[in-house]
Amino acid sequence: MDHAHAMAGHAADPAHIDTSTGLDSRKMAFWTFIGSECLLFGSLIATYMAYKGSSLTGPYPHDTLVNGKLEHGILNIPLTSFSTFILLMSSVMMVLALNAVQKGDKSGSVLWLLMTALFGSVFLGCQVFEFTHFYHEGLTLQTNLFGSTFFVLTGFHGAHVTVGVIYLLTLAYLAHKGKVGPEKTLNVEIAGLYWHFVDVIWIVIFPLVYLIK
Amino acid sequence: MSSTTREIVHDQHTHPTRRFYLFIGAGLLLLTVLEILGYVGETKGVYASGTAAILILILSGIKFFMVVAYFMHLKFDNKLFTGIFAFPALLGTLVIVGCIMLFHVVHGVATEYHANTPADAQHVSGGPRGG
Repeated sequence: MDHAHAMAGHAADPAHIDTSTGLDSRKMAFWTFIGSECLLFGSLIATYMAYKGSSLTGPYPHDTLVNGKLEHGILNIPLTSFSTFILLMSSVMMVLALNAVQKGDKSGSVLWLLMTALFGSVFLGCQVFEFTHFYHEGLTLQTNLFGSTFFVLTGFHGAHVTVGVIYLLTLAYLAHKGKVGPEKTLNVEIAGLYWHFVDVIWIVIFPLVYLIK
Repeated sequence: MSSTTREIVHDQHTHPTRRFYLFIGAGLLLLTVLEILGYVGETKGVYASGTAAILILILSGIKFFMVVAYFMHLKFDNKLFTGIFAFPALLGTLVIVGCIMLFHVVHGVATEYHANTPADAQHVSGGPRGG
């Protein structure tokens, strides 16, 4: 196939991507970004794990014996389990949103994008409640090693969820305006990659911070 | 494969159906319930602490794989994306495991060794505890 013929083929078929890898640069860049995020969260989780169990003063995350006296743990497992369910369900809704966009289902796209953002907001609400409760219990960023590492790790994750919710609301608005059709599937797929990554990080944080003593 | 052919075949992976996504979602919920049961089992003394931890980590590993493979489409997408994600993810995991080994396995042994002297024993007993 000569060059001119190839170029004509590019114009006719949107599946043609003129890059050295044959892959879309936006998707490639986004996976690279996700890779860098793995290293960021890897370092935050490693720091939490390094200082786990090293706090000299309370409050402690789990029930702890201090000089023969039982000090109750501050972590609220039922609440966090609920918020974990919510975040997992939001991931399911995100793939349903992508599915709707691929099929050109405008109302379905808007609905599932909004539902994903709503569930993400509920997760954030749970986190704000948890942080406020911890503050009233005397746990701050400066209280002990648990407070410092816990707030930094979960706070960074919460910030990522917040960005994701804004991202999804923007997409839902554009979908409502009819600007997110099947030809814009990649835009929603990239938003989905971000949202699922946020979910994946929580899948790691939840057992390491909350479930394993 | 010529560059032109490669461009044509790119991104032509099929996306799973809605039912498949719901099936994966149900699986994720089930695994999360099992994780929480592992925690409850440890709290009530059904499992030893180490056993529960290993069980919970295996379950969360399966969840991690399911989301990355099916929801993020790595199972259906170009293998280059898998490499771009897997390398830093493995590096991050290695750092986490390294810190656990260094601060909780190796350092734990060192703390016991220092506690052999009375002064150090007093220091250790009044020192780090759960938190």
